[in-house]
Amino acid sequence: MSEAVKVQGKPPQPLSTARAGQSVRVVRIDAGRGLNSRLASMGLVASAELKVVSNGHPGPFVLIVKDAKVVLGRGVAQKILVR
Amino acid sequence: MKSITVALAGNPNSGKTSVFNMLTGARQHVGNYPGVTVEKKEGQCTHRGWRITFVDLPGTYSLTAYSTEELIARSYIQEDRPDVVVDVVDASNLERNLYLATQIMEMDAPMVLAFNMSDLAKRRGLEFDLTQLSQLLQMPIVPTVGNKGQGRTELLDAIVETAGAERKERTHRVTYGGEIEDELLRIEQTLGQADGGVVARYGRRWLAIKLLEQDEDVTSKIRDPEVQEAVGQSVAHLRDILGDEPEIVMADRRYGFISGACQETIQSSVERRHDVSDTIDAVVTNRILGLPIFLMLMYVVFFLTFKVGSYPMEWLETFFGALADGITRHWPEGRAGWLQSLLVDGVIGGVGGVLVFLPNILLLFMAIALLEDSGYMARAAFVMDRIMHKIGLHGKSFIPMLIGFGCSVPAIMATRILENRRNRLTTIMVIPLMSCGARLTIYALFIPAFFAQQWQGPMLWLIYLIGIVLGIVAAKVLRLTVFRGETTPFVMELPPYRMPTSKGVLVHTWQRAWLYIRKAGTIILALSIVLWFAMNFPRLPADRLSGLDAQEARQQGLRYSTVGRVGSAVEPVLQPLGFDWKIGTALIGSVAAKELFVSQLGIIYAVESPDEDSPSLREQLRTNYTPLVGFCVMLFCLISAPCVATVAMARQETQSWRWALFQFFGLTGLAYSVTLVVYQVGRIWL
Repeated sequence: MSEAVKVQGKPPQPLSTARAGQSVRVVRIDAGRGLNSRLASMGLVASAELKVVSNGHPGPFVLIVKDAKVVLGRGVAQKILVR
Repeated sequence: MKSITVALAGNPNSGKTSVFNMLTGARQHVGNYPGVTVEKKEGQCTHRGWRITFVDLPGTYSLTAYSTEELIARSYIQEDRPDVVVDVVDASNLERNLYLATQIMEMDAPMVLAFNMSDLAKRRGLEFDLTQLSQLLQMPIVPTVGNKGQGRTELLDAIVETAGAERKERTHRVTYGGEIEDELLRIEQTLGQADGGVVARYGRRWLAIKLLEQDEDVTSKIRDPEVQEAVGQSVAHLRDILGDEPEIVMADRRYGFISGACQETIQSSVERRHDVSDTIDAVVTNRILGLPIFLMLMYVVFFLTFKVGSYPMEWLETFFGALADGITRHWPEGRAGWLQSLLVDGVIGGVGGVLVFLPNILLLFMAIALLEDSGYMARAAFVMDRIMHKIGLHGKSFIPMLIGFGCSVPAIMATRILENRRNRLTTIMVIPLMSCGARLTIYALFIPAFFAQQWQGPMLWLIYLIGIVLGIVAAKVLRLTVFRGETTPFVMELPPYRMPTSKGVLVHTWQRAWLYIRKAGTIILALSIVLWFAMNFPRLPADRLSGLDAQEARQQGLRYSTVGRVGSAVEPVLQPLGFDWKIGTALIGSVAAKELFVSQLGIIYAVESPDEDSPSLREQLRTNYTPLVGFCVMLFCLISAPCVATVAMARQETQSWRWALFQFFGLTGLAYSVTLVVYQVGRIWL
């Protein structure tokens, strides 16, 4: 069990917990089909690299994905699991 | 001359509009896509003996069935079959922009890629091997700089060439990997035996892809139970082995295809670093500074619109006044006097009354165009999201609400930027609470009549503020009751800041101003005539006219007319608000257009050439009403029944009379309650 965790690295965390300046990779997006497809069209897919610009507690969340600056509501940021 | 049709597709913020303007110049036509109220822009140009018609598709990131805009863009490409689809991509943000391109490729449309903002990309240190990329994507690529007019000829050449070229089967395309390709093939085969027409129109592979993605629009087109079953099995099978929805994996593979193409053809000499946009954002979206900066900018917009705009507005007023005078003076004495009155009071009074606001509207739309084109508007939505979210709306809802301060009609049109129907309806409902330019004439008349110089500014601010606060409360209440439901998740791009170009801003401004002028020429004209009849009929019997001078005759005539009678009839209802029949009559007249309130009051008080600067009318108001009543009148005008043009627009955009009437009566009820409380409480204190 502990072996498996080690191989996998840290367990995925919601994007909303990431700090400003941190670079993370998307593991999974737990959203409905509509939101999922909308996020995908903006470059937010599994394995995409993100850079968190600001984590605006409690407001929206700014990040850079594929060279574009995108702002997400907190609710959305909670659905994106990153590592 | 041979003619071709070209559709312009692209991401929002890819500079698509500037490319469209560059290609077509001023020859543009703004209309609507049939059946939906999404703006359709068309323009034309001629090139090397070809007449080329350009259709500007809505800016989208993708071509799914999840939003109206995407569906429109998609169905235009498939149903109207343009000869060429030009995909405008932001060269400095290629991977994300090419996502849309892969989907247009899948529709087998002849394509040209406009590599826009290529100068910016170069400055960012990006080097492209366009020849190789063009081979990989199997389409011509033309570098353009839309806002500087660079690349126009080359782009037109490529369009003409692509339109004339023989259609070849695509050999390079997105491949979705073994498992998915197997299922696609399986679905394609079952499609072979079904729905012949649909298959011929959309293409086998595209249908299979969309079916596997469980696209609602396509799924509803394929009724064959055999196909439906095959799709269901494939989806279940893929979900099982991929551990995810097929469409997610497919989106992934598209990006895979793109990054494969980019890896070989793009060299980035510098990492994306902290650029100017980030620096500006650090300030304007700052948690503490963001809101004050936003409010300050809004104040500048206000100042520009109302202060600077007041000068040309005066010239227009003088012009319409002279026009009315000229007609009156040259009208043959005693012949068809009613027609003269209809022309002067009905047509010129009504349409002219709306057109005098054109300078304000132009300046307001120019300011909005500057905010939009510079990229600040997206930040405004971001800054406002914290507040808007609390009232159950989207940060973007703020934009139409802001436009509402100019005129509710274009504001209601602007709600199209909202994807969620509930959000959109709520926004439409509260827009009239954002005090529009027409209502400013009422305040401009009343405030100096009742309040000392130093209180005039704060008073005006207070009126606007009350509207905003009520709008927030009303939105919250609506979201908790009538429009209850999930709020749409907030996902938005913050485009890099750009220097707006004068041409872009002018085109933007003009297009919106034109819609306003059209409203004046059509609905306002018709309603002005109707209202004129209501104000002039039934006519005062001739024997009652004797011994009255001209102004008294007008006054008595209005009292005797339909409007006057209704005004008197509602007096008992309005009395608790401190209003008399005179205000009642003017209020009813102002349903046609809010600014008519002023001229109606002028007639009732038998004042010559009444307008909002009339000293004699102010004098009359001062002697007849207390400042509290004056304030209550402004309050009632702020909140009550939106003008008929707004009702008509709300009907058109909601596609239902129900919502338009709900808004009309809801707001009037709210106006009544608020004014009642203010007047009754105020009477105790004052």
